[in-house]
Amino acid sequence: MPVTNSPREVLAVLNARKVYGDLAAVDGISFQVGRNEIVGLLGPNGAGKTTTINMILGVLEPSGGSIRIEGLDITRRRRQALQHTNFAAVYAPLPGNLTVSQNLRIFGMIYGVRDLASRIPALLEQFDLTGFRDTKCGLLSSGEQTRVCLAKAMLNAPNLLLLDEPTASLDPATAREIRAKIRAFAAEGAGGVLWTSHNMYEVQEVCDRVLFLSHGKILLEGDPKTLPQEYGRENLEELFIAVAREPLSLEER
Amino acid sequence: MSAAHLRRIAAIVLRQLYLVRGSPARFIPLFAWVAIDMVLWGFISRYLNTVAPPGFNFVPALLGAVLLWDFFIRVMQGVTTAFFEDVWSRNFLNIFATPLSIAEYVSGLVLSSILTSSVGLAVMIAMASLVFGLSFFGFGLLLIPFLLALFLFGIALGVLGSSLVLRLGPAAEWFVWPIPALVSPFAGVFYPLDTLPRWMQDVAYLLPPAYVFESLRKIIAGRTVPGEALALGVGLALLDLALACWVFTRVYRRAVRTGLIARYSAETVS
Repeated sequence: MPVTNSPREVLAVLNARKVYGDLAAVDGISFQVGRNEIVGLLGPNGAGKTTTINMILGVLEPSGGSIRIEGLDITRRRRQALQHTNFAAVYAPLPGNLTVSQNLRIFGMIYGVRDLASRIPALLEQFDLTGFRDTKCGLLSSGEQTRVCLAKAMLNAPNLLLLDEPTASLDPATAREIRAKIRAFAAEGAGGVLWTSHNMYEVQEVCDRVLFLSHGKILLEGDPKTLPQEYGRENLEELFIAVAREPLSLEER
Repeated sequence: MSAAHLRRIAAIVLRQLYLVRGSPARFIPLFAWVAIDMVLWGFISRYLNTVAPPGFNFVPALLGAVLLWDFFIRVMQGVTTAFFEDVWSRNFLNIFATPLSIAEYVSGLVLSSILTSSVGLAVMIAMASLVFGLSFFGFGLLLIPFLLALFLFGIALGVLGSSLVLRLGPAAEWFVWPIPALVSPFAGVFYPLDTLPRWMQDVAYLLPPAYVFESLRKIIAGRTVPGEALALGVGLALLDLALACWVFTRVYRRAVRTGLIARYSAETVS
């Protein structure tokens, strides 16, 4: 259900904050994800990536700021906003006691997917899961489970797709296929993708733009292909390590 | 209610049906334990009929009461078990990061409970009437408020129990299973309320089942059942249900505010 008459950006985060007591897990970040754009959200563990994703998904209330998906405020119009959103994360596998097709049917109904009877076989085919259709998800390998999560994430043809380390448990060949599918998704539809990964090679290959988070703040932003040179680093991985170890030196530039 | 609302509610019910259909460990308890209760209390009632002075029939008084009480427990556990499925499969993030609203989610749990508890009720009625001659439908139209009050109160305690687990974490399910046993001494399932000390009676009159079981005994004794008492029982159950839904919503909002939903397995965010 793509929305074509909505704002240019599918996601607009403005001054979002999440504070736990004295600790600011996310400290006033602002960014957008445009249509047909893949944005990488990078940063060391504990930088605030998952907190940001959870706020966008409406399962964590921001302490301040606003988050709009397709122009819809996630706090005030949660249902409508999430109708256009979906996600896949390594830490959120689908229930292992249901089969692949049962899980897709249930989530398809929740997302209000039309013509589910043909959508499910198409996704099974797309993610090479047809042979596992009646297999319980708990019996699948971690890579297969990741593909099921991605199939679930594509069920409603979301305008905003959130992917938290989507290829972390995939073998290199499958990971490459998945990256190609997600690039095709971003290129062909009306959707945008927010992608987190610790694989800098992958980020450089897939993302149009990256945001480096450190201590809950956006430290750097730019094209992953040119950003390392702009900050005097050989490649994205070197830049990542610099963000993780010496964020202040980059902040001062 | 729109078709989209109904579809999302149906998804929660369908999930439960898939699980029950595919698992003997879920299907058999729908009827096995209540059937054992019917056998046990059926024979106890028969035995008491042989040793007690003639004129009082223990089958409707005891077996009928156990049947209604088991129905209440099944309804409550129907809600909590459907909720626990999401706890056990660590599914909160998937389920709550969707367009599903809390009202739709709870409605799905309630509908799942109606379906699963109906199986137990049908088995109990069949066994009690066919094996022990309990004329359950002899209670007439009063069955409707009896079942309604117990159903609503069962749903209310199920939703409240789910709130408790959502608030305190997965291990809190051990607070939920004994709730019926905690309520039963006050509900007067097996004895008139005036058997209880005054303070327990005061508590009992806050509980809808007390009105049901007092009325049941009056019918069996051939006395008139005051309609106001049953109306009060149903009214209290409705109030309890509204309160339970309010509590669940508050607990859910707190979990979203603190981040517990996203990190539920940690049990606490502090």
